[in-house]
Amino acid sequence: MALETRIYQKEQQTRLGKLLKTSFQDIYSSRFLSLQLAKRDIKAQYRQSYFGIVWAFITPLTTALVWIFLNQTGVITLTATGVPYPVYAFTGTLIWSILIDSINSPTSSTNSARSILSKINFPKEALIVSGIYKLLFNSCVKLVLIVVFLMVYGVPLQGLLLLFPLALLCVVFFGTSVGLLITPLGLLYNDIAKMIGLGMRFLMYASPVVYVVPKSGIMKTIMEWNPLTALITVTRDLIIGGAFDYLYYFMWVMMASLPLFLIALLFYRVSIPILVERMNA
Amino acid sequence: MKDDKVLLAVEGLSKKFCKDLKTSLWYGLKDLYSNVFGNVKARHLRPKEFWAVKDISFELRRGECLGLIGHNGAGKSTLLKILNGLLQPDAGTVTIRGRVGALIELGAGFNPILTGRENIYNNGAILGFTKREIDSKLETIIAFSELEDFIDMPVQHYSSGMKVRLGFGIAAQMEPDVLLIDEVLAVGDLGFIMKCFKTIDSILPHTAIVFVSHSMPMVSRVCNKIMLLSHGESLFYKSDVAKGIDIYYSQFNHAKSTVVFSDHSLVLMQTKLMNPHVEDQPLPQLNWGDDLQLYFEFRIEKALQRCPIFRIIILDKELREVAVLEENEDASGITITQDLLCFTVCHKRLELSKGVYSIDLLVATGKMRAPLLRQNNIFQFQILHETETWPPFLLNASYAQC
Repeated sequence: MALETRIYQKEQQTRLGKLLKTSFQDIYSSRFLSLQLAKRDIKAQYRQSYFGIVWAFITPLTTALVWIFLNQTGVITLTATGVPYPVYAFTGTLIWSILIDSINSPTSSTNSARSILSKINFPKEALIVSGIYKLLFNSCVKLVLIVVFLMVYGVPLQGLLLLFPLALLCVVFFGTSVGLLITPLGLLYNDIAKMIGLGMRFLMYASPVVYVVPKSGIMKTIMEWNPLTALITVTRDLIIGGAFDYLYYFMWVMMASLPLFLIALLFYRVSIPILVERMNA
Repeated sequence: MKDDKVLLAVEGLSKKFCKDLKTSLWYGLKDLYSNVFGNVKARHLRPKEFWAVKDISFELRRGECLGLIGHNGAGKSTLLKILNGLLQPDAGTVTIRGRVGALIELGAGFNPILTGRENIYNNGAILGFTKREIDSKLETIIAFSELEDFIDMPVQHYSSGMKVRLGFGIAAQMEPDVLLIDEVLAVGDLGFIMKCFKTIDSILPHTAIVFVSHSMPMVSRVCNKIMLLSHGESLFYKSDVAKGIDIYYSQFNHAKSTVVFSDHSLVLMQTKLMNPHVEDQPLPQLNWGDDLQLYFEFRIEKALQRCPIFRIIILDKELREVAVLEENEDASGITITQDLLCFTVCHKRLELSKGVYSIDLLVATGKMRAPLLRQNNIFQFQILHETETWPPFLLNASYAQC
């Protein structure tokens, strides 16, 4: 019987290929663990609550309601969106909530595992993967909600809708990559999470979440530079049948997030021992 | 299968910690940066840092069990975490061959809302089992933890003992080549502890174990090598477990005597051993089987009507009362001279086993035993013998054919 040999020392393995390979091996070998962790959290979340799944979409729903109210009472006038405004606002806030959740997911998954991280050696990548599972579960629920909304407002369901889950997957992937990249810092300093929360609140208004990209002006420039614009509009266009103005930008963003994800994954892997030491729960 | 391969080799291992949280976080940030670039530079102590583990080396083979002992904060748990790959060493290397199991925390990953059965899967997954492995071991785990009736109850309603049993039941299913154990066995009732030891005994022959404990009886029972840590450094590392335990206990011999009760009629001035094995040891020593001859001297503050009664209690190093000397009779002839009361007391052929003992004293008077003075830990002495015996008495015995 050949025994696997492990060496722990100060120096880190720096050959990227080797690191990536071990990282992916860990992801593969821990597939049961990540699924189990996701199942555990989802089950526990709903077992101790009456409204359960409602909490997953109550925030985007209320945000959308506020905007629908503002628009319909004429307090603010918004450019026509091409579909009934409630559908536009609601799809926007739902996609936005999925994005925010994905950015927060790696930090919160790692944070909630503090007590095991400092006591048991297991493949940490499982935490990220379980975070993705949980996101996908919540997204599926939101997806169903969107379809219900479309039918209520009589927006015709089109074939492109079948691509929508794929686009959601892209949103989750992008968000997780960004979130993963800041996780090591976020675990050291709580400030990071607060800053992200604050920043994202502003960023929502610099993205076409509840209103369309204006035809001219400074906001148009900002929005067109903002990569989130591409993510949100393209994803939403799949539902409401828009013009896919930012399709190329979307593809660039997705292509860029693949190396981003790999870099973040390596950074995470290399940082974990230091984080375990400093956060020592 | 005889296997002499070193399973766990530790060379010059060091680890430093920071005393200040803000600084620690800042260093963490710097370390993140240097880690990305391979972390090749030597690490020195930065301000506010100290060595939690310093220059530790040892080797373990299959069937060997290393006891790690030392006072609180000596670096035992840190060392164990490095061995488990949780912390990154600041110098030195750890080489581990084979599957590593760690009993550092039982029941990690338990979610209180979920049932015991569901949590077996959670905890098992974290410990590295596959689904199929857990499926096949489920019944064994439930039986081992004796939770058949409660397995579908949420874990938050378990007693702490039940949680630990379940945790150990799962962990016991690991078949590790190297097993790291930290204090976990201190909880649970006696039956459970015995069960744990039985399990450990059964895996010991084909495993290398590192065992951290404050319980010397457990260490002396399980381990065949010992390392005494003090402030991160190894003070003693040999296979002479008994010697190591002795040194460990001698670290605590500076405990002060305390007066528990006094009616101020007499004050203990001096206690000494009349016949120490060697003069001028910090702790008076006797050989096993020597006579115990103690000398007491009191100053009388208030006139006593008669000679009080002395009760001399011997406690072992775990502060269990193990013996008491017969009380003096009225006719023992102890008299008071010039406000001083002195006497000697002798016990022939003391058969206390090897170790350190302390003495508590009770002085009382009259038929009702009205207490005059109760003073704890008035004196400490050490018994020397070549064999380590956990029970407090090693009784002389002779065997004969019949």
